[in-house]
Amino acid sequence: MNRPTLATLGMSLLALLLASMVLAVTFGPADIAPMEVWQTIAHHLGLVAESPVNRLRDAIIWELRLPRVLTAAAVGAGLALCGAVMQALTRNPLADPYLLGLSSGASLGAVAFLLLGASLLMPLGAFLGAGAAMASTLLVTQALGGATPTRAILAGISISALAAAATSFLIFWSATGDSYREILSWLMGSLSGVVWSEALLVLAALAVAGLPILLSGRALDAFAFGDTAAATLGVEVASLRWWLLGGTALLTGVLVSIGGAIGFVGLIIPHVVRLMTGSRHRLLLPVAMLLGASFMVWTDTAARSLFAPRELPVGIITALLGAPIFLAVLLRYRRIT
Amino acid sequence: MSTGLRIADITVRLGSQTILSDIALTAAPGTVTGLIGPNGAGKSTLMRAMLGLTPLASGTVTFDDTDLLAMTRRSRAQFTAFVEQSGATDARLTAREVVMLGRIPFQSVWQATPAPADGAQVDAALAEVAMAPFVDRLYHTLSGGEQQRIQIARALAQQPRLLILDEPTNHLDVHAQLTTLDLLQRRAQAGATVLLALHDLNLAAAFCDSLVVLHHGRQVAFGTPEQVLTPALLRQVYEVDATLLRHPGSGRPLIAYDLPA
Repeated sequence: MNRPTLATLGMSLLALLLASMVLAVTFGPADIAPMEVWQTIAHHLGLVAESPVNRLRDAIIWELRLPRVLTAAAVGAGLALCGAVMQALTRNPLADPYLLGLSSGASLGAVAFLLLGASLLMPLGAFLGAGAAMASTLLVTQALGGATPTRAILAGISISALAAAATSFLIFWSATGDSYREILSWLMGSLSGVVWSEALLVLAALAVAGLPILLSGRALDAFAFGDTAAATLGVEVASLRWWLLGGTALLTGVLVSIGGAIGFVGLIIPHVVRLMTGSRHRLLLPVAMLLGASFMVWTDTAARSLFAPRELPVGIITALLGAPIFLAVLLRYRRIT
Repeated sequence: MSTGLRIADITVRLGSQTILSDIALTAAPGTVTGLIGPNGAGKSTLMRAMLGLTPLASGTVTFDDTDLLAMTRRSRAQFTAFVEQSGATDARLTAREVVMLGRIPFQSVWQATPAPADGAQVDAALAEVAMAPFVDRLYHTLSGGEQQRIQIARALAQQPRLLILDEPTNHLDVHAQLTTLDLLQRRAQAGATVLLALHDLNLAAAFCDSLVVLHHGRQVAFGTPEQVLTPALLRQVYEVDATLLRHPGSGRPLIAYDLPA
């Protein structure tokens, strides 16, 4: 079996991502050419003193579209990474931050902090919510008699439903009119109105949590045959699992606090990538991040363009694409559930 | 000078229950030690305890006079390998990639791809289990016996001086059982300390230099197959009647079970 190397696959996916991002910036009501995008970026990075792009178009590119496209890329990369790591750690092909309840928990935490008036601390609330949801899901899975993919999903669904109900109640209780609508759209997963500070927060979270996770790729390979096999290959199973699950919760929390509960990206992307690269995580993780980033850039572009000027929450698109793939994976693994 | 594996007075408790008590044995380099006993006798627990996977209530495990349980898992994995009873996975890994897992204890976190030395070890291990033609096959498409050989190759890629295997002949046909045990015996002759749990007493008698018999978590016998395998012990431990013969070629004990009347 000939497998692509990280160099060739990584380079081509990186090129795809860059091209996707530039093209995505050109999409929208104002007609913008790819060249203008490059000129604006070069100008703002101080590479060229004068930009031929006029102020209004400059603002559309730099203040409106670039932060959003960057955020979409980072969210896609982060979700794909979280999904791949959770699938390896729990040996569960169906694991994903959305399906195991982390996203709902993060939403609950974020909404609670928002309505308490601590909107700046929303990412922290989301992290706490994601961590609590993950712990609950794992505990319920254990209580159901140990980890099988189906039990984990059932546990995730119940935790998810509970968190969603609590979130809805909080909103019903305290939100009014406009904020209600805004929160609902965000809950379904939306990158609408993202600004630079949010883009930088997501990128920072990706760097802080993502780099250690990428470096632990080989240890994740050791989990292919379970905890005992990993332990006898020298992996400190318990501490690695806690660190990685903690990192996943942190990353999910930040992603959800910015983009809402965008489902299925963490499920679809790693499965598609495995078909190309196999299950070695030193290759799988970075490739999944790159592909997840491009995927999210395009789905978010579709979300804001398809029904323009109205915005479709991007979570609806990812669910439309992801649910059938979820079913396909479910059917493929039915023998082990 | 290598002194091999030395287990002194191991006791393992699970809650208030004592799973293993007062196990004491030695296994010298160059020998194959068989761990026998009925299901639930504590064979798997003993192996897990030796590997630091199950905490000990008391006792010590040393290899070459070094405390095996005090070292980091990584340094232990650089000379100790374990083959579990079942090696199932959903991961999409080729046979060669599975064997390459055995090189994880030797690879740095920062290393992007395996070193040439890793590749050489993997190829040698695959050749040793006669699985070289299967390297590019996906592991989960291999037969049970082929998967077992790949798992053994993965263990060999760890360059083990201590090799522990839980029922390595399970699910294998007779030919594969013999070639597998022969392979392990040759590894021992090359200097490794090999310890394996076995169900088939005749295979244990034929291939092991010494046998440890566990019964209800206690060690009831430890010695050469000739010393250990007696009609009285088989009666006591396995509740079977048997006549002890000798293999005409090797002179090893051969058990003929007396069928219940």
